Order: sequence, then C-alpha cells, then structure tokens
Amino acid sequence: MLARRIIPCLDCDLGVPQGRVVKGIEFKQIRYAGIPWELAARYYQQGADEIVFLDITASHERRETMTDVIKKTSEEVFVPLAVGGGINSLEDAREVFNAGADKITLNTAALRRPELISEISDSYGRQAVVLAIDAKRRYNLEEGREVISTARGDCWFECSYYGGRRFTGIDALAWARKGEELGAGEILLTSMDRDGTYDGFDIELTDAVSSRLMIPVIASGGCAHAEHMYQVFDKTRASAALAASIFHFNEWTVEGCKQYLAQRGVNIRI
Amino acid sequence: MIAIVNYGMGNLFSIYNALSKIGADPKVFTEPRFEGADGIVIPGVGSFGMCMSRLSQFQEALFESLQSGTPMLGICIGMQVLFDRSMESPGARGFGWIKGDVVRLPEGVTIPQMGWNNLSMKREVPLLEGIRDGDMFYFVHSYYCLPEDPSVVAATTEHGVEMAAAVIRDNLSATQFHPEKSGAKGLLILENFVRSTRC
Repeated sequence: MLARRIIPCLDCDLGVPQGRVVKGIEFKQIRYAGIPWELAARYYQQGADEIVFLDITASHERRETMTDVIKKTSEEVFVPLAVGGGINSLEDAREVFNAGADKITLNTAALRRPELISEISDSYGRQAVVLAIDAKRRYNLEEGREVISTARGDCWFECSYYGGRRFTGIDALAWARKGEELGAGEILLTSMDRDGTYDGFDIELTDAVSSRLMIPVIASGGCAHAEHMYQVFDKTRASAALAASIFHFNEWTVEGCKQYLAQRGVNIRI
Repeated sequence: MIAIVNYGMGNLFSIYNALSKIGADPKVFTEPRFEGADGIVIPGVGSFGMCMSRLSQFQEALFESLQSGTPMLGICIGMQVLFDRSMESPGARGFGWIKGDVVRLPEGVTIPQMGWNNLSMKREVPLLEGIRDGDMFYFVHSYYCLPEDPSVVAATTEHGVEMAAAVIRDNLSATQFHPEKSGAKGLLILENFVRSTRC
C-alpha cells in the first residue's frame, strides 16, 4: 500500500555563496538553519521521502546559485527533489531539471499564466509538475465560491501569490481542480492561516482539496509536532505532510516523526 | 561502462548520479550504437506514445544488444515500452519483448500513484538480492504492466490492484519504480544490476 510521505521543505536565500536555508519566525526575525545541500543530505539520511527547495531570494539574479545547490544535492540525495520559486517559463523549468531536479513547483507564474502548467507537463510529464497553492480562509461569502463548512463557520479559500503578499480573488478549490485538468501531477497546499503558527495543519482545507482531486495533495503550513502529521493523515486523504522549522532547529528528526507515525498505525516508510 | 539511453525525454541526471554514486561508469548515449556498453539502462518519463516515437530509432540497436546477452534495465516508462502496447497511447507500438498490455490504474485510488510503496517478492532473482518483502520503493505512474506470462514477474506492489513492480527474463529486467530515487535500497538494486554486467 502506498505510504504517506514526510517532506522537509527548505526555504533558500541564494543571495550568499552556496545559499542558506532560512526560516522566518512569525514573519519577523529570520533564522538561519544551514547550507541547503548539507541540510538536504542530513534529512535524506534521516529518511526523508522527498526534499523541497523553495527559492525565496527577493531578486532572481541568483539562478546560478540554485543550479549549484541542486547539482550538489542530487549527487548525494537519492529521493525525489522538487524545486520552486521564480520559475516563470518552460526555459526556467528546463534549467532546474537539467541541474538534477525531479519536479518543479509553480505558484505565481501559473496563476498569471495557467498554460505554463500544461507546457511543462507536456514536456516533462505530469509527475514533474507540482502546483503550489497558498490558500487563505475567507468568511465573507460571495456568489460563485466553493463554500466549506468548518468548525469556525462557512468559508471559502482564496489563492494568494507573490509569496503571500498579494491576493488573487481566485477560489483555491476551483484553482486546484483547474490545475489538475491542466496537467499538474500534485498539489502542494499551504494554509496561509496556519503557516508559521505551529497550530497544526488546516485539516478542513486539506480535506476539501484532497477529497476533490485524483492527484496527490501535500499538506503544508503549521506543523510543529508529529501529532499534527498524524491528524492530517488520519482525517484527510493527504498523501504527504510538509514541514520546515521543526526539522531545521532539531525539534524533531525526520526519523523521530516517522517512528511516532508508525507507532500510531500510519503506513509510513521506515 | 553502463549506457544510459538518452532519447530526449526528461531527466537523466538522477540515474546518472545514482550510478556514479555506486561506482559504476555511466555514459549517456544519444545515438543508437552501444559499443563498449556492459549494460544498458532505459530510463523513462513522459507518455508511452511520446517515448516510443523517440525510442523507435534505438529499437534495432537495443534488440541486438539484448540478443548478444547485454544486461538491460528498463525503469518506469522504460519498463512499459518493453510490452506490446499501452492504453495511454492507443496506436503506438511498444517493443513487444515482453508479451502483454499496459493498462490504466483503477478508479478510486490517487492517480498518478506517486510515492513509496512496498514490494511483495515473487521470485528470487539476482537483481533483487538483499531486498526483502515489504521494502519500499518510489513509484510515479498512472499505467501499469500486465504481462501475459506471470513467470516474468519478480515482485509486485499494490495500488488499487496488485501489479508487476519488477519483471525479469534472462538478461532483460525492468522496474516500475525508480531505483535511482528510492534511497539506499534503490541504490542496492542498481548495484545488483551493475554486478550482473561484470559477470
């Protein structure tokens, strides 16, 4: 039976040589967690099922650094490697694949030009395209929205882009379905309400998206404990759980999370 | 030296790096001449039809190598193209070196199957030496192989249906999963393959 996946996510600032993994704490101070390829190799050794790199460098003149990071990582890490941030064209994607990435993640660029999903999917296969959706709860109900009943009342979910700085007015559930139609092989679903809060995944959001699609959904945002992973696996069809800070600052190892989940009966690769 | 067939689809770095990591001597071949190759890997991503349209120019050279006993390993789509045909691309013809069809995963499961799944061992074969029942490997696919002759199946996995995960016939072997993306156990399978090329 297909196992649930645990995916460490590395937010990379590529403004320095080799790059560095960063994590904002409550959107204020930034902490440095280490060198991207070293952290990726450590998580691989701990049993990570996959690694995600997100380039969060403000300016995108650091492409070469990302290429170096991917090359170095793919020599040492033999699980799938997904790379996102600033991929705006098939050309950009090609560069990342040619450096050794197995998948690319698209967010802003796909919202601006949805056909980009199909272009990359047609060239590299559906499995290589991850559509990242940053979704925020909206309780002001409007005509034409897909409304979900939650413990806090009825809401819909709005997509944001530009790293959560701008909103699109686009319904996240409709966009997820559209992304699947256009050829995305997977959805990386981040709750903006939970991201950085340590309150656990947004179960209702994850359930809404994963129950509507055939393609796998990766739950993201808010994970602070292996119990949060257990909850999202127990209550939704999420295929994978993504976390960052809990791994970077030695609160949990990937191995520790997996043992916890296995003990609670989740089908996991040990 | 291990030849990696480059027919212009997707990412060859993963398999190249994995073979390098285990001390093999991988070389990427873009022309259908496999001189000096002790073993040949057919990697694969993309659709069956697209792969076949680009792979067909290699078919004769690959078949000659196969006949002369060169160990060959197909991965993912590289396994599926060994069969007769696929529901994914009606009209496209596979190599047909293993009789059978490639069909779509059943309704009700996530498609593509993407992630780690466990193997049930069906036969003891050198390629899977050191692999145990239940060990997990990384799969990414929407279609699966249905060999006519069940004795070619060395291991199966289950995702809505029990299906062939590894097939072996003489010097021809193939895995539906990606050994190059399956951590230490995957590298072990590649080591087994490389060892078979040195006999």
